[in-house]
Amino acid sequence: MTNRSILPIAAAAGCGLLFGIGLAIAQMTDPEKVKAFLDVAAIFDGTWDASLAFVMGAGLLVMVAFYRLGGRRDAPVLASAFVWPKRGDVDRQLVLGSTLFGVGWGLSGLCPGPAIAVLGLAPGEFALFVVAMLAGSWATGIALAARDGRFAGGNLPAT
Amino acid sequence: MTAFTPLSATIGGVLIGLSAGLLWLLNGRTAGISGIFGGLLPHRSRDAVWRLVFLAALPVGAIVGTWLGPKIFSEIAGGTPALGLAPIVAVGAGLLVGVGTRLGGGCTSGHGICGLARFSARSLVAVVTFMLVAMATVFVVRHVL
Repeated sequence: MTNRSILPIAAAAGCGLLFGIGLAIAQMTDPEKVKAFLDVAAIFDGTWDASLAFVMGAGLLVMVAFYRLGGRRDAPVLASAFVWPKRGDVDRQLVLGSTLFGVGWGLSGLCPGPAIAVLGLAPGEFALFVVAMLAGSWATGIALAARDGRFAGGNLPAT
Repeated sequence: MTAFTPLSATIGGVLIGLSAGLLWLLNGRTAGISGIFGGLLPHRSRDAVWRLVFLAALPVGAIVGTWLGPKIFSEIAGGTPALGLAPIVAVGAGLLVGVGTRLGGGCTSGHGICGLARFSARSLVAVVTFMLVAMATVFVVRHVL
């Protein structure tokens, strides 16, 4: 393997490690802590845990700094091009998906990052959830690809 | 009920932001976890290796952070996380998170950190939607049912 191909993989490993460390230090790997944030009724009896807002706020500010810092670059350091999300529009599928995700997140206290990360702490307890999550994502991805493939070039709207 | 831990939450958030920022600056990729595992199927390109490596590193990082956290921050209580759901509910919630993040094109990290940081309207709508729905869900489960 050349440096050209191994360096991005090493970077991915380092970033994954850092992400997991951050999640655990912020205790976002504990579903009870996430649900304690989502339980806004607790604001009124003074027991609300606002920690998650600090995690997201801090992460967001650092990311804004990175976009500013790297914004003038034509390409990333170790790859040929920045890969941006293809969609920029707001549609029903976005709102429907985010609604379903919100119900699942509220029921479990787990979003995708912590769900994978917590496998390092209590694999038996969380394996079933993660298997269902991956199956749901992949089945939906395959269904969306089939739909878009079938309708490609047709006169039906993209969504 | 858990204790408010602003210091460790902020430092943890900074580390998550550093991870997402470096993945973007070095590899040009968005650190949205649902997008990273979602991109494995259907398989489109030869980029499965970095996805699997990133995902495999997450639990390792969680082990390190769980060990390190309480040594630095006295506010961290510690203990092993529990899901505490009946298997059928765990499967249902997992499916909802998997299907929902795929349809919605992102989760708390992809929309919540990477998308919001570049002021994406799509991400703002997604984040407001899943936050409000998750809060409503917890309210119903804890205070209505």
